[in-house]
Amino acid sequence: MKKLVISIVLLNLLAACASEKPKEAAAPAPVAATAPVAAPAPATVVAVDPLNDPSSILSKRSVYFPLDVSAVQADDKPIVLAHAKYLSEHQNRKVRVEGNCDERGSKEYNLALGQRRAESVKKMLVLGGAKASQIETVSYGEEKPLCKEHNESCWKQNRRSDIKYQ
Amino acid sequence: MVLPGLRCMLGLLLLAQVSVANAVMTIEIIGAGEHQIPVAIVPFGGDAKLAQTINAVVVGDLQRSGLFRLIDPAGKLPHELADVSYPDWQVRGADALAIGNVSVQDNGRIDARFRLLDVVKQVELTGQSVSANGDEIRAVGHRISDMIYEKLTGDKGVFSTRIAYVKRSGEKYSLIVADSDGYNEQVVLEQNEPIMSPAWSPDGSHLVYVSFETGHAVVYVQSLFTNQRMVLADFRGSNSAPSWSPDGKQLAIVLTRDGSSEIYLVRPDGSGIRRLTFINAIATEPSFSPDGQTLLFTSNEGGSPQIYSMPVAGGPEQRMTFGDGNNYSPRYSPDGKGFVYTHLINGKFFIATQDFQTGQVETLTSGGWEKKPSFAPNGKLILFASEARGRGILATVSSDGRVQQHMFTDNGDAREPVWGPHQ
Repeated sequence: MKKLVISIVLLNLLAACASEKPKEAAAPAPVAATAPVAAPAPATVVAVDPLNDPSSILSKRSVYFPLDVSAVQADDKPIVLAHAKYLSEHQNRKVRVEGNCDERGSKEYNLALGQRRAESVKKMLVLGGAKASQIETVSYGEEKPLCKEHNESCWKQNRRSDIKYQ
Repeated sequence: MVLPGLRCMLGLLLLAQVSVANAVMTIEIIGAGEHQIPVAIVPFGGDAKLAQTINAVVVGDLQRSGLFRLIDPAGKLPHELADVSYPDWQVRGADALAIGNVSVQDNGRIDARFRLLDVVKQVELTGQSVSANGDEIRAVGHRISDMIYEKLTGDKGVFSTRIAYVKRSGEKYSLIVADSDGYNEQVVLEQNEPIMSPAWSPDGSHLVYVSFETGHAVVYVQSLFTNQRMVLADFRGSNSAPSWSPDGKQLAIVLTRDGSSEIYLVRPDGSGIRRLTFINAIATEPSFSPDGQTLLFTSNEGGSPQIYSMPVAGGPEQRMTFGDGNNYSPRYSPDGKGFVYTHLINGKFFIATQDFQTGQVETLTSGGWEKKPSFAPNGKLILFASEARGRGILATVSSDGRVQQHMFTDNGDAREPVWGPHQ
């Protein structure tokens, strides 16, 4: 019985790994508001931060790239521009854009490619109204893959820039 | 103006701790040299009394090189020249014979005396004595192997050299220095963030490497004697791909502080940073020619990742690799006549060499996840990262592609290997 459970868990993991729609993969948990916990919320209606709204495009924090490409793809532009708008309206917020690559290439080449993937997202954020000082870029190259199998369904998830609110 | 480096030294954190692990290595040899020299290594007198035998180390070294055929002494165990009857060894088909004695001195030191004999000409080729601390039995064996190798092949042996590599075990990354056969692992740095791109100083005293411990790629230089380390480059973006110049006076590194990934030169104390490339695409993985005048590097300026060359003094770059596929990670051969690199085609990585004069390309391996080659200091072997049985392993291939060995560490994924210099 135990074996069966493990198999099912494994299957689920594999299925997650082999997902054909990485863009619809669960977005990272929204950054918790940093308000002090002690003060009980006053009974007034507070506008919900759209960052925390799961139905907002802002819940999408990852953009994906074809092999050896670092330009933001047309499909992902609305995501990046939505974050640009949010950042321009919330100038106290900062993001870290993390570039990642699949394992095809040398580690050093991929570190450079991941940096370009982060920079191209930053450039579009700035074009969309964010300030450069709100954005930090970093590359992990192929060092921190989400998925570790040697196949395209894995690789497509790893060719990615993540927009992470600080 | 010496101060910036000094400040770095004072500000450094001594996180690293050298520890020695008794790794179990499994080494598999594939193929054999074209002309194997038949040689008999007689266990030295007194060898069996040591904690491990010198004979096993020497036989292992010579076998792994692929250049020798080990002849079984089959009951004949001479230790002194006077005991040797050459016809015994001619009958066995040995061209050369090594004999000797080893003893442990009162102070614990090992003292090995050996002779290498030419069985055909019936003359002594060399007679040497090697002494070392009691815990350095393998080192004594490697030095004897080096002398046998050099006498019989004419090339300098590399059994006494060391290698560096990165090992990943679960979430733990370790920077490791080991003997060239993978034994005698020493952990130089251990942490939970990735470590990349170790490279040796030309005198073997320091390693330079990339670590993500502060959240992004930063280049560090660390002494292997004192374990002290300093930040070599920590600018915004990625700091990476360090390579030491042969005279030890500067390093080539890759920075993104001005936007794109470009190659810079920097002194070993972190001072005097000077930008070398203006490619506005990716330039990375610089490698100095043995005369220090030229750099090979990887760039995608022509659309795909390929190998380029440029003068260290500055000047236009020249594309070196053409044809189908991508090419990465160039490293000069020690004689400067060619280079080794990683070739990616149809989803497979291969280790290949190119000769500068003829332009001839030779693919040395059968393809797979084979990356990051570097030459042994004698140019006869190439160390690279490979994968077998689902694990990252270290592998070597002879520069003629005939002999490969796969080295399995006892655990984890080995990656990013680089061969150190002669000591």
